[in-house]
Amino acid sequence: MADLTGLRRSPLDGLSADIRNGAAGEQSVRLLERPWLTMVSLRVDPRSEAARRIEQVLGTRLPRACGEVTSQDAHDVLWLGPDEWLVVSQMGADVLVKGVSDALAELRDTGAAAHAAVVDVSANRTVLEISGPSARGVLEKGCPADLHPRAFDDGTAIATTLARIPLLLWKVDPNLFRLLPRGSFAPYVARWLLDAMQEFTPDRPALRGA
Amino acid sequence: MLLLNCPWCGPRDETEYHYGGQAHVPYPQDPSALSDEEWAQYLFFRDNPKGPFAERWCHSVGCRRWFNVIRDTRTYEVLAVYTNSEPRPQVGAGVEAGGSR
Repeated sequence: MADLTGLRRSPLDGLSADIRNGAAGEQSVRLLERPWLTMVSLRVDPRSEAARRIEQVLGTRLPRACGEVTSQDAHDVLWLGPDEWLVVSQMGADVLVKGVSDALAELRDTGAAAHAAVVDVSANRTVLEISGPSARGVLEKGCPADLHPRAFDDGTAIATTLARIPLLLWKVDPNLFRLLPRGSFAPYVARWLLDAMQEFTPDRPALRGA
Repeated sequence: MLLLNCPWCGPRDETEYHYGGQAHVPYPQDPSALSDEEWAQYLFFRDNPKGPFAERWCHSVGCRRWFNVIRDTRTYEVLAVYTNSEPRPQVGAGVEAGGSR
């Protein structure tokens, strides 16, 4: 199949100059977009044999509690619900989905039930990274969840809202948060963030065309 | 603002949830056998107690799961939170008017 990756555009294409400007210089907070990460949605009963097979393919356990993120070299698995996960991966989506589907097909061949849904949802969300000592301060302006370290540990991810937009909020370390809004909401979230960051980055020019 | 304790995600603000009305309203066994009046009763009529009220909530921006809450409609105090597979806990049963029908 022809390689179409040269044609794809990130949801934040039109804002890339603003995001770059926002990230320049000596600042206490910066924003980056990390487009094109592979994301695969998984739905399976965590007590089933199918879940065990999927864990084998991924090389890591499926998280069992809200907030938990499990990682293996190439993937991070985020908890979305008691039977729902999001795999964020460096691997190609086709390879990953095929790997999991093959393992489930193998299980079905033995006559066992293997009820699971494995869907490539890479185009659903984009990833924004906000980093720096003031990152939490910026997010706290618009997020109803408690982001204080006593309630929100490093290496956890929750589904919540930012500026009324539903997104996944993933705290990688105290100064680095990943935000995963849906593509169509991403420009709004990025503009909102650039505006909210302004008080922490006084030398940054005001947002163009907002 | 209510602070509801999602059975899966823990305490989150009311803005993360979607309200689903009264809990424990069973779908009729044989809907086609109902008279128009009975069907209207099922569709549109709900209890409106002053006191503990069992209602459904969905954590729509979080885990997207439905669950039940018993809330005192006078004080907004949340008396119990339980999943759909759990039986209704006996809280505030003395002042009970609504809930299971």
